[in-house]
Amino acid sequence: MFDTGLNILSYLSQGLGTTISIFLTATAISFVIAFVAGLSRLSGNILIRGFTAFYVEIFRGTSLIVQLFWLYYAVPMLFDINLGSNWWVGVIAVALNYGAYMSEVVRTSVVSVDKGQTEAGIALNLSRFQRMREIILPQALRLMLPEFGNYSIQILKGTALVSLIGLTDLLYYGDIYRSTNLSEGPLAYLMVLVMYFIIALPLIWLSKKGEKIAKKGVAS
Amino acid sequence: MSYWSWETFLDAFPIIITGINVTLGLTITSFILALIVGFVWLILESTPVKAFNFIVYWIREFIRSTPPIVQIFFLYYAWPMVPYVGTSFTPFIAAMLALGIHFSTYVSEVYRSGIDSVDKGQWEAATALNFSLKDKWFDIVLPQALPPTIPMLGNYLIILFKEVPLAATIGVVGILSIARSYGADTWSYLEPLTIVAILFLVLSYPSGLLVRMLENKMNRRFDKKSTKVKVTE
Repeated sequence: MFDTGLNILSYLSQGLGTTISIFLTATAISFVIAFVAGLSRLSGNILIRGFTAFYVEIFRGTSLIVQLFWLYYAVPMLFDINLGSNWWVGVIAVALNYGAYMSEVVRTSVVSVDKGQTEAGIALNLSRFQRMREIILPQALRLMLPEFGNYSIQILKGTALVSLIGLTDLLYYGDIYRSTNLSEGPLAYLMVLVMYFIIALPLIWLSKKGEKIAKKGVAS
Repeated sequence: MSYWSWETFLDAFPIIITGINVTLGLTITSFILALIVGFVWLILESTPVKAFNFIVYWIREFIRSTPPIVQIFFLYYAWPMVPYVGTSFTPFIAAMLALGIHFSTYVSEVYRSGIDSVDKGQWEAATALNFSLKDKWFDIVLPQALPPTIPMLGNYLIILFKEVPLAATIGVVGILSIARSYGADTWSYLEPLTIVAILFLVLSYPSGLLVRMLENKMNRRFDKKSTKVKVTE
């Protein structure tokens, strides 16, 4: 039992690289999207605001698996373009989806900073950009931390879908192992879950830490 | 290369819409399961045995932070192979159990936040008035704890709805799997997948607005209460 467990682990570890590389890249891109889209929704320009609202609502309103298939099957047909590799299709689908969710975190955190802060900034003759950079964002960032931690776990969970478009990640190797050793199926999937959980542990720790930082020194 | 064709769109739409019953049915049944199992977690985590609570907490954390699709595969493909307790599930039941249990871990957190939000004085008053344990929970705590959780639960219902197409991977014939097989038959994926996206958007966006409305209503109620408290201080 223990030996087969180790066997399965070493077999699965072939997929670890794909899972982690997709997770890290998608997380980085979704953070960028979150800030760009979140701040754009607060822009004074109605066109920018409308366009980002459209993007955010579309991606929040449909599900990740549908978006992934859409990017994989439909986009190449519609625009006659090739997104290059499946790896990028996976990364872009996950990043666009969670970027939309996280942009709401950015937006609501910025909005929740007390209005007096903005007024004080105006009184001190700071420009709009300076106010955002020096006064609002440093306070809003702290509020975003716990949600960002939670979403990083969601992103990790989302990356498991990329095996559906033929990428060789953890779940892919778990599936292959299960289909060749049917009786060890339960252990194989359990090991897949354990590996995801091990990757998630530092993220759980980070989001707990984020919660503490966010709570510190806030009058309630 | 095929481009957007309204003909295909109109041809595929009536076929795909037939799957909506299964998609919605799976959403509702797994959500009901999540509501029930959510309570079970709450009870299991507040036994007097600290070590037991600790283990249950980590099991819940484990289920919560691992991908639901792997859990669906586990229940559908691997559970029949589990010695002694293994039985095979139909795809629908496997998906319902996996999604229901996965979301129960979130739901129990929502319940907990609702119960924590009940003022400590309410508990103390109930004890002072010699309420029985049952009366304390059903007459004092839960009527105050549950209403604020309704918008949060609504949010999770919408999130669950968007996870339901995962069941297509084990052959539950909802809108996504019909769209995919339509695509495989006719070699046009664009229109069927777009229809699926539109259906999801049409159903989840208004529900999201409804939840936001509920949330505002609850917040207003909550604010009124807190200002009342301030006045008496």
